[in-house]
Amino acid sequence: MNLIDIRRVFTQVEDIHHEGGPRAAQPLRRGAIAAVLTNPYAGRYEPDILPMMEALNPVGLDMARRLLAAMAVPAEAIQGYGKGAIIGAAGELEHGALWHVPGGYAMRELLGWKGDAAAYAKGISSGGQSGNALAIVPSTKKVGAPGTTLDVPLTHINASYVRSHFDAFEVRVPGAPKPDEMVLILAMSCGARVHARVGGLAADAIAKWDGQR
Amino acid sequence: MPADIRKLIVQVDETRREMGRDVNPPTRRALAMAVIANPFAGRYEENLDALIAIGEELGALLGDKCVQALGIQPGQAHSYGKAAIVGEAGELEHAAAILHPKLGAPLRKAVEKGAALVPSAKKQGGVGTAVDVPLGHKDAAFVRSHFDAIEARVADAPRANEIVVAVAVTDSGRPLPRIGGLQVHEIQGVDGLR
Repeated sequence: MNLIDIRRVFTQVEDIHHEGGPRAAQPLRRGAIAAVLTNPYAGRYEPDILPMMEALNPVGLDMARRLLAAMAVPAEAIQGYGKGAIIGAAGELEHGALWHVPGGYAMRELLGWKGDAAAYAKGISSGGQSGNALAIVPSTKKVGAPGTTLDVPLTHINASYVRSHFDAFEVRVPGAPKPDEMVLILAMSCGARVHARVGGLAADAIAKWDGQR
Repeated sequence: MPADIRKLIVQVDETRREMGRDVNPPTRRALAMAVIANPFAGRYEENLDALIAIGEELGALLGDKCVQALGIQPGQAHSYGKAAIVGEAGELEHAAAILHPKLGAPLRKAVEKGAALVPSAKKQGGVGTAVDVPLGHKDAAFVRSHFDAIEARVADAPRANEIVVAVAVTDSGRPLPRIGGLQVHEIQGVDGLR
């Protein structure tokens, strides 16, 4: 049985020029891509769902590449990212959790992360900037009806605590997910919130390169 | 005065399969939306020329954005539509001023030809209000396979003093059309209807 059956692909790119304050010299560009897939485990409890996680690896990479192309910027321009999943009503939240690994690593690989996944998972850091996309990719997921919105969190790709880059991107695919589908989402942004001014760790002050600060 | 654009959003909705059947080639619908300041929010203004000019500007900008997002030549566009959502401090007539007098000509230029009426919808609404943008074939309004609609919505707009203006362009009809009527290969493209 083919685990991957994509019905629709939905992309959105937005340029934010201002939000009632001064007009940005460079508008903030944010993008999201959502794939609508059949949920092969809908309608029953399936104990072993890991084959799907493996099968999603190329899907994640393809989505990350398509999103970058739609945003029409080089990988170096991406400063924030996030991911999410909306599971149709005949599925289970745990099916959305399948997206954590393939969604996250697809984007991080594309953006220049060069680390060792196993070492990184254990918290072993080589010190200095070992590449880009050091930070965990923040995520949300939920079970929802067609047209359900998901607020996909965004954080800085190299340091989760960069305050200017905490953001969220509302994603919604009209008509999806149907009960036996899931919507898998990747989101990226090219900068801070358009009128960021609440202090905290700044992107140019990242020093630890541990993915957090 | 050019439109005061706060946000510009471009979406592409690609359908590859429907009811378990391949859609070959996939249908693709592009939607471009601008969130603009409403220069007449909060008051009655008799002369709406400023909004009419904004409509002309956005017809070109949003039409081009759609064609660009689809990655097609203008002549490869199939259907189009337009809509506006006016924030609470505005008036429905403000949407009419943007959509009807001058938005069409530059949009038709963006998709080449465009003999048919550009179908439209408008409403007033708050932040996050959705509008269903009607779609019809650009050269012959009666092409049945291309009657469709695409939902336009901006999560944080329109604020009370804003207007969301949406233009949709496709390179295809519905995913699996099979209810007969005028077909694309039968288009004469003269009167805008057939």
